[in-house]
Formats: sequence, structure tokens, C-alpha cells
Amino acid sequence: MAVTQVPPEFTVNINDRKCVRCKRCTNECGFDALSYNKEYDAIIADDSKCVACHRCTTMCPKFAIRIEDNSLAYKANANFSPTHRKNILKQAETGGILLGAMGCDLPYPIFWDHILIDACQVTNPSIDPLREPMELRTYLGRKPDRLEFDGKDDQDIFKLKTELAPNLKLDFPLVFGGMSFGAVSYNVHKSLMMAAQRTGVMMNTGEGGLHEDFYQYRDNVIVQTASGRFGVHADYLNAGAAIEIKIGQGAKPGIGGHLPGEKVNEVISKTRMVPVGADLLSPAPHHDIYSIEDLGQLIFALKEASRYKIPVGVKVAAVHNIAAICSGIVRAGADFVTIDGFRGGTGAALKVVRDNVGIPIELGLAAVDDRLRQEGIRNQASIICGGGIRQSADMIKAIALGADAVMIGTSALVALGCRVCQKCNTNKCSWGIATQNPKLTARLDPEEGAQHVTNLVSAWSHETQEVLGALGVNSIESLRGSRERLRGIGLDEKTLEILGIKPAGR
Amino acid sequence: MLKCESDLGHIPSGCAISGIFNRKGKRIDGNKIIKSIALMHDRSNGLGGGFAAYGIYPKYKDFYAFHVMFDDEESKERLECYLAQHFIIEKDERIPTRKTERIHNAPLLWRYFVEVDNKRLDDDVDKEDHVVNEVMHINSSIAGAFISSSGKNMGGFKGVGYPEDIAHYYRLEEYNAYLWTAHGRFPTNTPGWWGGAHPMTLLDWSVVHNGEISSYGINKRYLEMFGYKMELMTDTEVIAYLFDLLVRRHKLPLRVATAALAPPFWKDIDVMPAAEKQAYTALRMVYGGALMNGPFSILVGFRGGVVGLNDRIKLRPMIAAEKNDFLYMSSEEAGIRVIEPDPDRVWAPRAGTPVIGLLEDEV
Repeated sequence: MAVTQVPPEFTVNINDRKCVRCKRCTNECGFDALSYNKEYDAIIADDSKCVACHRCTTMCPKFAIRIEDNSLAYKANANFSPTHRKNILKQAETGGILLGAMGCDLPYPIFWDHILIDACQVTNPSIDPLREPMELRTYLGRKPDRLEFDGKDDQDIFKLKTELAPNLKLDFPLVFGGMSFGAVSYNVHKSLMMAAQRTGVMMNTGEGGLHEDFYQYRDNVIVQTASGRFGVHADYLNAGAAIEIKIGQGAKPGIGGHLPGEKVNEVISKTRMVPVGADLLSPAPHHDIYSIEDLGQLIFALKEASRYKIPVGVKVAAVHNIAAICSGIVRAGADFVTIDGFRGGTGAALKVVRDNVGIPIELGLAAVDDRLRQEGIRNQASIICGGGIRQSADMIKAIALGADAVMIGTSALVALGCRVCQKCNTNKCSWGIATQNPKLTARLDPEEGAQHVTNLVSAWSHETQEVLGALGVNSIESLRGSRERLRGIGLDEKTLEILGIKPAGR
Repeated sequence: MLKCESDLGHIPSGCAISGIFNRKGKRIDGNKIIKSIALMHDRSNGLGGGFAAYGIYPKYKDFYAFHVMFDDEESKERLECYLAQHFIIEKDERIPTRKTERIHNAPLLWRYFVEVDNKRLDDDVDKEDHVVNEVMHINSSIAGAFISSSGKNMGGFKGVGYPEDIAHYYRLEEYNAYLWTAHGRFPTNTPGWWGGAHPMTLLDWSVVHNGEISSYGINKRYLEMFGYKMELMTDTEVIAYLFDLLVRRHKLPLRVATAALAPPFWKDIDVMPAAEKQAYTALRMVYGGALMNGPFSILVGFRGGVVGLNDRIKLRPMIAAEKNDFLYMSSEEAGIRVIEPDPDRVWAPRAGTPVIGLLEDEV
């Protein structure tokens, strides 16, 4: 009987005439799918191990490797797709939960792709960002309803009386979403922090603490504390420009996290304050938060711990009742709310949850912004949203729907070399990103990585400026929440109503 | 026919504006402002003209002067029934008009001088907030009735037509005001609704506006958070409400309010002295939703004076001039020189920098 009844996803074809037997590919593959066979003097592929991460094809000096879909013909069945059949086979063989990594990859509607942006013609002029200032600076945090000044109308100088709560200053409304040290490598953290510093954005640590080497990046770091409290101590809480309490994550709302023991090496263990090799399970709920008032207490405990000098936010997954949840979070004292849509990424998640739980960020964001405005508390907290932001256009649309800033995880990793092969949970990442294997992590040069991510942010920033100019505005706050500049295409009336936008043509 | 414009959504328009203000509160008749706006005839297309005049009702200066447009007698009855329940009506009368060749389809025009009935006022509601709420309620709920201006000792006169014809229709040469503003409209479609012309007013705020607020969408949503209802779907209405919110309700000094509406750029704020930098940074952080982006030049009238303001990169024209006690502002310099050929000073106000004229003594 076969070892497994599940056929390989890919086939690896090595062009014998092109191949020079340098054997580089056998070394590059993190998944041990390629080996050199002396007897045949040939590279032999184990198709079952290939994940289509492209490391071998990229590194092959002769471009001799091709990876193709293992396109077996299946008897057509619109209900029982090949994927369903393979999943059943896998579970029949193992009795286990299906695991996946990165964001939901199923063809649910992507509303970004059904939203179009306005531009100026004649009645109001567009603005050329190459010739005029184009402002993207954004402040995240609590703002008062109004300001008070001392001074009279005939004086030129006014003194501000109102004291403002601490805010985060971003040169571009972007945050690298929480990806923990443990899920990703030291070099990934370093690359992202360097890029955040260079571009004036923020990098969220994720729930795995912050390596001491990185305390120097404090102005561009949001430190996260999640249900496992890994790596959380007084110095850590004061090692960033803001604190985020992670309640939920878009890829796995309602369930905890799992870092397999293989990834917990010496340095991870030290940073996270746990034994080497221990499986690290973040509980599904915070064991000190069973209601909104408990969250309020934690928010203020963290504000106390950081002496009210930095904003404290809360991250939640977008779920059905997200508007009411976020309203509660704001009223509990959060200075910003991070909403992660159901397409958000993860280092490891149950597929059943990742692919079936939560709602798209477009709808969640629109509902939250609406609710906070209806309640007159929109100014009390900023909204960061993420979960499937792939390009500057998605980001621009998100800001127009009402986000103050957008977070990216997967997009930043792709800039570092990730090919979205969705095997982050295996510790085998050939690109040295989602692994702690020193042989693999050495493949990511932080200097080069930082440059690539900096380039990405800079490109998006230019694109955003161009779109703002086309919209005839010269400041990001005139885009923020300006849904009048968006139109829906191919959306039903109810969805348009939830998004708060008109259909194209109106 | 009333309010049909709002069904069409947000309507952009180009325009001419002009204003005359006397610091000493000296009142002049409407002839000069008519002459000034008529000179800029080509900047409008006959689909809207209007005037705001301050100091015109000295006899009733303590009463809110409601100028109302009615579709028909029935809607008038409906409104009067409502007003009688919520206000004390001191006097009401038809707004005097004369037959004018190019003015057609005028609504029934009436004005009411009213006082708030204190007995009906909740303890915690400010009198002016009460008037704002009532005006918004009437305009959105009482069919066929539209309050086009609601301030004390002032009035808005507007309609569909060229501004000089509108002035003739309303007999504006018979009124005396210390502040006149005027508007000729060039809307980019043909709604032909009298209420959609400028000035847009609320309490004693009046706005005449040349331009289009490209940030209309967020300005509207920002104001909605504070209870304002956008009835007209015009960006000009938004400007009037922003002034009301920032100056009357938030009590920001005028200069600070205009700095919130057309703020300096970050590059300039960053090099300001510390206290100023802190103030402007806070202003932009807190009032980002009030930033009016896109091309505009506006004249905002109020009981105590007038403010002229351009957008932050001056995408629409505005010229100012002074002669003795008079301050003039106009889309074109010719609009000033035709009524004041020898001004003491003429200048082009800088982008985002307000021109503020204040009464020296209360009138």
C-alpha cells in the first residue's frame, strides 16, 4: 500500500540537458525535496515534499528547474472538489486537525476589487504631487472632541490650553502587523524594524517579546502582549512607542496560538522567557479578561506600567459583531483599535477556523467606523486595519472607508522574499523567514531585507500621493473616511449600504 | 420642486463672489454690491444668484429672522402650525419682490421674526443650538418648506437667475447693510432649485463660495458626528456648519478656526517656534475632519464681521482691498474697482491666510 493516498501537489521537473549537477538546489531546498543521485548522476525530486516555494528555481544558475501543478484529472464534481477529497484522505490517515499557514486562500469575494476611486475633472483641479506638497503624516491615538485656546482674535499667537494624550506619529499610515519573534526569524524582525525606522512607520512585535538588540528601535515599535504573555516584562512594555493588547487575530478568531517546540531555540526561549523546546500555547482567551470591564482594567494596568506616556491599543479579529465589540473597546479606554480581517495571515492556524470564521476587513472596517461615528466617539481612538492588504490601492480604499492606518504582514514578508507557499508552521522556510533553523535564517540579509521593505513602502507612498493628487486633495486626512470618493462595482445594494458607498454611475 | 437638488447628490459649481464690509457699522444700500457682482456676469450661468445682508432689520434685531421658501400655501400652513408651537412669532410678512423679466418659477417667499419660547427650552439646551436643531428639523421634515436664512438682523436673498436679476427681484437697493456678500453661481448641471443658490446660511453665518470642496465626503461625516444634517448636499452648506461648529460651539478664535479649515503644511509647522508648532500640530490632529481640501475662495459673514479665506494652495481667485472704513473682497479686482476706483490698498491674500474684518463696535 502507498505511504499516503494523497498525491503530491506539485511536480518538479529538472531539465537534464540544462542541469550542470552543481547540486546547489539540493542545499537550497528547505523541505529536502531535492537530492543528488550518484548512480544516475542526476538531481532527483521527491514531489511529495515540494511546496512550490521557488527557492530552487530562483537559485538554479541554469534555470533548469520547473515546478508545475500536479494536475491529476479528477472526475468532475462541483460539490466534492479535489481539495475536499484530499483533505478527507489526509484526515482519514492521521485523525488530525488540518493545519494551514498564512491567510485564507479561498475564493471569497474580495471587496477591494469591487471598489473604484474617484478623480478630479474640470470643476475641481487635480494636484501634481511632483510640484505641490502632498501630506501623508498620520497621528494614531486618542484625540479630544475639541481644543481650547487662550488668546483673542486680534492677536496672532494663540496658546493651546488643551493637553493631548500621547499619539504615534507616522510618516505614512502603515504598520507592519504583529509577527512574533518565533514565528519569524531574528533577521525578519531586524529587517522590518530597520525599514520602519527608515520610512517613519511602525513595526508590531507580535506576541513573542522583543529581542534586547532591538530596544534601539523603540520609536518605531509597537510592543504586543497576548494571552500567553510571552516575553512580557516591565522593560518590554516600555521598549516601544505603543502597546497593543492582542485579543484576536483575523486568521484564527477565538482560538489561541501555537508555536511548536522545534522553533523554541535558545534565543527564542530567552526572549519569550520559556524553556527551550517547549510547545508554546497562547490560551484562546486572556485568562484575566472575561468581559469588557476586565479589558478596561488591563488597558489601564498597561497605561500605569508605561506611565501614561504611550498609547495602548487593542487588536481584535473582525467577526460578526465587530462594531459593538470595537465600541466597547474604545469605551474601555483603548487609544487605538487594530482590526484584522478574516484574510489576515498567521504562522499557523486551524484551517477550519482560518477558512470559515470571521468576516472580510472591508465590511468590518466600514461597520466599525460607522458605529464609532454614530456614537460620537470616533475621535477617541484610531483604527488600524489589515488582513489581506496587497497593494497601495487596497490601502487607499481602506483609508477612504475610514481607517487611520493599515497594517501589512504578508505583503511585507513577500518583499523579504516570501513566496506565500503557506508552510510557515513547518520551520522549514527555504527563504529563512518563518523558521529558526540557523542554516535557513542566514539566507535573509537584514540590510538587504530592510532595503526591499523600504522600497515597497516608498513605492506605495508615491502611489498614494499620486492618487491623492488625482483626487484633488493634498493631505491624507481629506481621504480618511471620505467614502464619497469611492464607488462600488458589482456589489449588491446591502453590501453597498454596509460599505457606505454608492454604486459606480451614481 | 423644493429640495429636488438633494436627490441628485453632491453638485459641484464654479462661481463669482464679492463682499463689502464697513468696520464702523455704517450701512449702505445694495447698489454697490449689485454693481460689483454684475460686472462678473460671465462667471455665473444664470442658475443661481444670491446675497447676504447684515444690519437690515434694526427694528427686529433681537428676533431670529427666518426667510422661508414655500412650494405652496399648504406647506406654508404646515410650517406656521409648527412655528406657532415652537417659537413666539413677533411678526411675519411676505418678502417684498418685484416682477422681473428673467426670474421665473419663484417659490412663495415669506419671512418670520421669531423668538425662542423659553418655556419650551430644556434646561441643558443652548438657545442657538435649539434654533439650529429646529431649522434642521424643519428643512428635513416639513414638506415644501425651506428656511433659507435664520440669523438675527440679517437675511439671505437668493434664487435661480443671474445675481443682478435676483437683486432686482428682491428689491435689494431698498435695504441698508453694513456687510453685503454676493454670489453668482455656475453649477455644472441644471437643478434650478432656489434653495440651492448661495448664500448658505445657518443662524447668522452666511457663506458665499467659489469652488468645490474635494474633501466634502469626510467634512460631511465629521459634521454628522456633531449632529449636523446635510440637507442640501452642497459643499457650501458644509462650510457654514464648520464655522458654526468651530467658532460658535467650540469657541475657537476665528484665526484658529480658519487655520483648522485651511491649515499650514507640516513642513512649515515643523519649523515653527515650539508653542506654535504644538498648537498647529494639535489643531491638525484634532480637526483633520474639518480640513477643507480642494479649490475654494469663500466669504463668511456673521454678526460681528466677515472672513475671506482661500484654500491652502489658492486654487481659486480672491482679491481684497481697503478704502477708509470699507473692506472689499472679490473674485476679480475689477469687481472692486468698478465700485471703488481708488482703494487705499489692494492685495491678493495668500493661500490659507484669512482676511478678517471685524466690527469695531457692536451694531
